[in-house]
Amino acid sequence: MSKFRTPIATARGLGSARSGARHWMHQRVTAVINLLLLLWFAGSVVSLAGAGYADIIWWVRDPIVTVLLVLLIANLFYHIRLGLQVVIEDYVKSDGTKALSLILLTMVTLVLALLGIVSVLKVSFGG
Amino acid sequence: MASTRRPLSPHLQIWRWGLHMALSIAHRTTGVGSSLGALIIVWGLVAIAAGPDSFSTFKMVTTSLLGRIVLFGITLSMMLHMCTGVRHLVMDTGRALDIKTNRQTGILAIVAAIVLTLGLWVAAYWFAGLI
Repeated sequence: MSKFRTPIATARGLGSARSGARHWMHQRVTAVINLLLLLWFAGSVVSLAGAGYADIIWWVRDPIVTVLLVLLIANLFYHIRLGLQVVIEDYVKSDGTKALSLILLTMVTLVLALLGIVSVLKVSFGG
Repeated sequence: MASTRRPLSPHLQIWRWGLHMALSIAHRTTGVGSSLGALIIVWGLVAIAAGPDSFSTFKMVTTSLLGRIVLFGITLSMMLHMCTGVRHLVMDTGRALDIKTNRQTGILAIVAAIVLTLGLWVAAYWFAGLI
């Protein structure tokens, strides 16, 4: 049956995956949030330069700091996941390796984000 | 697939390198490079949660000469990614796409990234009481 369709008709028949715009938009929304949160984070780290362990624990335990740190880690790693996904899609040729790399990327970024978030919460709630 | 051999558009190696191309690939490489910064942030948070000993190891490594060089590179990478990223957000709205403005915003992004990086490091040294 496909023999009777031109290549372009076949491509059109398949339609789009309808997920391209979502990836594009999420990358940009997380970029703007990253911009704000990382500037706050950079300023905080700079002002904590030379601070002792107790000062840093005190800082992390501030409820606003705790929430901002959790948001930063989640947003940052989601942005990294989206960005590195495009790099893998562009440069990894074989379909199998590509799929495997993308699964690994999702797992690694998820594990790192969870490590960061759990650490922040442990310090914040820890006695 | 179409069987006729159509002429392909000239690829990367045909063009003379320009600022716009350099910044485009720099945005990608600094994005990958900055991921290393995210890894260090997580390491720091894990070290803080693990206790004073782990934190002092983290602090020793990151404040060593090699640690500072790597952190300076990552700061520059993050700031350049941030500035070229903002430039991309502007271009996403259809602005700054003509050659002259595009070149100006490109130079502005590089200058801003260097100023921000140096500013953060000078401030960090000042807060640490080293200058």
